Amino acid sequence: MPSLAVSEVTVAFGGTRALDGVSLTAEAGRVTGLIGPNGAGKSTLFDVVSGLRRPSSGRVHLGGVDVTRMGPARRSRHGLARTFQRLELFGRLSLRDNLLVAAELGPYRRRAGAAVAEILDRLALADIADRPVDALPTAVGRLVEVGRALAIRPAILLLDEPAAGQDGEETARFAVLLRSLAAEGTAVVLVEHDVSLVMDVCDLVYVLDLGKVISVGPPAVIRRDHTVLAAYLGGP
Amino acid sequence: MDQLVAYGIVGLATAAIYAIVGSGLVLTYATTGVFNFAHGAAGMLAAFAYWQLSVGWGWPVPLALAVVLLVLAPGFGLLVERVVLRPVQELGDAERLVMTVALLSGSIAVARWVWDPNQPRSLAPFFAARAPIRIGSAAITWHQAITMAVAVVVAAALWFLLNRTRAGVQMRATVDDRALVGLTGADPVRASRLAWVLSTQLAAVGGILVAPAVALDAGQLSLLVVSAYTAAVFGRLRSLPLTFAGAVVVGCLESYLTGYLPQNPYLPGLRLAAPALLLLLALLLFPHRRLRHRVRRLVPVPVPTVRGTAAFAAATIALGVVLATVLGEPHLISYGPIFSLGIIALSFVPLTGYAGQISLCQLSMAGIGAIVWGHLGTGGQLWALPAAIAVPALVGALIALPALRLSGIYLALGTAAFAVVLDRWIFTLPSFHLFGLHIALFDQSSVEMAGPRVLGHVVDDPAGLLVFAAVCLAVVSVGVAALRRGRFGRRLIALRDSEAAYATIGGNLLRAKTAVFALAAGIAGLGGAVYGMQLQSVTADQFGFVAGLPLFLIAVIGGLGAVGTGLFTGIAFLVPVNLAGALAPRAQNLVALLPGLAGIGLGRNPEGIVPSLRRGWSGPTGPAGTDVPVEWWGLRREWRPQDGEVLDRAVAGG
Repeated sequence: MPSLAVSEVTVAFGGTRALDGVSLTAEAGRVTGLIGPNGAGKSTLFDVVSGLRRPSSGRVHLGGVDVTRMGPARRSRHGLARTFQRLELFGRLSLRDNLLVAAELGPYRRRAGAAVAEILDRLALADIADRPVDALPTAVGRLVEVGRALAIRPAILLLDEPAAGQDGEETARFAVLLRSLAAEGTAVVLVEHDVSLVMDVCDLVYVLDLGKVISVGPPAVIRRDHTVLAAYLGGP
Repeated sequence: MDQLVAYGIVGLATAAIYAIVGSGLVLTYATTGVFNFAHGAAGMLAAFAYWQLSVGWGWPVPLALAVVLLVLAPGFGLLVERVVLRPVQELGDAERLVMTVALLSGSIAVARWVWDPNQPRSLAPFFAARAPIRIGSAAITWHQAITMAVAVVVAAALWFLLNRTRAGVQMRATVDDRALVGLTGADPVRASRLAWVLSTQLAAVGGILVAPAVALDAGQLSLLVVSAYTAAVFGRLRSLPLTFAGAVVVGCLESYLTGYLPQNPYLPGLRLAAPALLLLLALLLFPHRRLRHRVRRLVPVPVPTVRGTAAFAAATIALGVVLATVLGEPHLISYGPIFSLGIIALSFVPLTGYAGQISLCQLSMAGIGAIVWGHLGTGGQLWALPAAIAVPALVGALIALPALRLSGIYLALGTAAFAVVLDRWIFTLPSFHLFGLHIALFDQSSVEMAGPRVLGHVVDDPAGLLVFAAVCLAVVSVGVAALRRGRFGRRLIALRDSEAAYATIGGNLLRAKTAVFALAAGIAGLGGAVYGMQLQSVTADQFGFVAGLPLFLIAVIGGLGAVGTGLFTGIAFLVPVNLAGALAPRAQNLVALLPGLAGIGLGRNPEGIVPSLRRGWSGPTGPAGTDVPVEWWGLRREWRPQDGEVLDRAVAGG
């Protein structure tokens, strides 16, 4: 049973379809990539999965449970956590408190402080933990969102462009983190514009264009897929 | 049948005024994103100015009209745009709202200062001497006919402006993205100036047309537009045609209520409260686009230290003891409520400061607390004090249910409407029975308040009550500080900063909002009970909507993030008024202007005064965030120019 199963999801804004019958699954222990040009519908799909947007039709299952009609908070209790492409930090709280709020709401609540300290260490954020987050650079903010998502000990983790703004060395470290999260049994879904990062860490890649899945397969296959090249480069 | 038609005509004429005023409101909201609480006040000032020119100085009507509509109103609109609103364009809802609330309370103060409220004034309807126009059995006065004609002209002119002129298109573009409009070569400042000028003119037209039907009273005229707000909410603050339709519904409903509501002691207030009730209904029934105004400058919330909080609480009590010893009887009475009003103001800190929920009905909650104490604590029994906290808390929790559907300005409007309903209807009710319970409110007069019985001794002298109030404020301050340091405080701040993120980490919005509304209403209820004890007897108008505005204003000026704001508000609310009253009685009205003026100063110091004082006290507190080296992913390095580009890209992409 997949950790996350999206079936035939359609989202229509007036006449245009941001998502058109999209199906996708993500397995525990795997990193699933989701790529596509701007406006392809990646963030909309994350909103549907996390319950911030109701689909016009289609269903979402988390760990076999149909969560289509549940709000975001209840979905998080089924093990779902996400980050946002457009940062949604708790700007007036310190970095540590951003993680603490999440830890206190999730399964760590009895040992929230210790759990947060571990995550801060893991992300190498401990040195700046007591700074207010709205004073941090955006790239660090993205990492804080990853930490906040980890603080609810997710079974399914949706990451929306978490590595934007990182340099080569930082991206390499980030890839290691993603693999280690998967090795711990998390189902990671990664939206990322850095195609080489996606190809390096993902087990399976979905390609979305104009609201439809145009291709799906392991990175080696996607790399040679003509439809994908056409969508990205405007020609075969 | 004749009566039906007659009330219908009155209703349509009223509707025309609401439509004119409401469309001005939509214009500024749609162009600048500011909901102008002072819109009615602009109309009120115009009506007074028109009275001054035409009646006071005997100018000919056309000249007086031209001066008011073409010179004074546009000038006022420009002034408001430049001085009041531009400084807060980038701040949050609470701060922008406070500017227009400041303007509202400032305008009322100015009008009362210039035009002595004890002297009655009235305006004659236009062409009052001419015989009414007869259509079948119905008669339409010339004033009514003109009003309706003006509404039609306004509708046509606005449609033409917004759809057929370059300036209008720019105005419509400005609200979506000011910066973007700037890039296309259009001038967002000019568009918003134009909107303010037109909107003030529309308010002025409405004010002049409505004034003959009511007494020329500053407060009443400013609040008449509650109905225009309802019309604008029908139009979801964006659509002019729907605003006009809403105005017709509201105008006719009011008129028919006047005509057909049965006569009994419980219902006259309902007619007065009808516009506010309708506003509440409209807010709840119509879906509102989620206001996703991105607050670019978040006002920080300091974390109070344990030592600092203890010192502050001790100082509060010490101040109470000193005042109780030093002041004589009359001064004890006039300065005593510093602490009890401080408690009420402190209720804004968790609610608005932490959780970002704007409530304009906290003084009404205090009123409920006072009523409960007045009826249950007649012998000063202390168990009635928890009841005076619990009952308002329950009411607060009920308000939170609609609050889940409303945010920002809509929530402010909803709580304002709730306060007005309490004011005009509920608080004026005679005692009644509900589910076998005998419920008495203010009983259409005043309620006597006993002092509390502490250690077997009833505290009923002003000095003792002042110390009691100071102790209560100190205790509540410690509680709010503990809240900020604890789990619940973190959650409230998180909730305000991003509801989406709070929900996706498993936070329950309804539970958190209900809890904070109940908590804040409970604090206000305690404050109201203690305030009542100090006053010894209370009446409904001491807890009215308008009376509550300056309190909100001063609390925002003090800084909603800081615990010290309670005490600050109490002091700033009472000391200047009393000092001025003692030194120069004529200046007392002028002092009522101070909160308004200070609110307008908020744009320069959005954090509020208390945090600045706090910093001045404790010295500099570490470096600001921007000049530190970038520390990320375990790497420590200097800030590189590329980081700036990354940041800009992220901001633009977001």
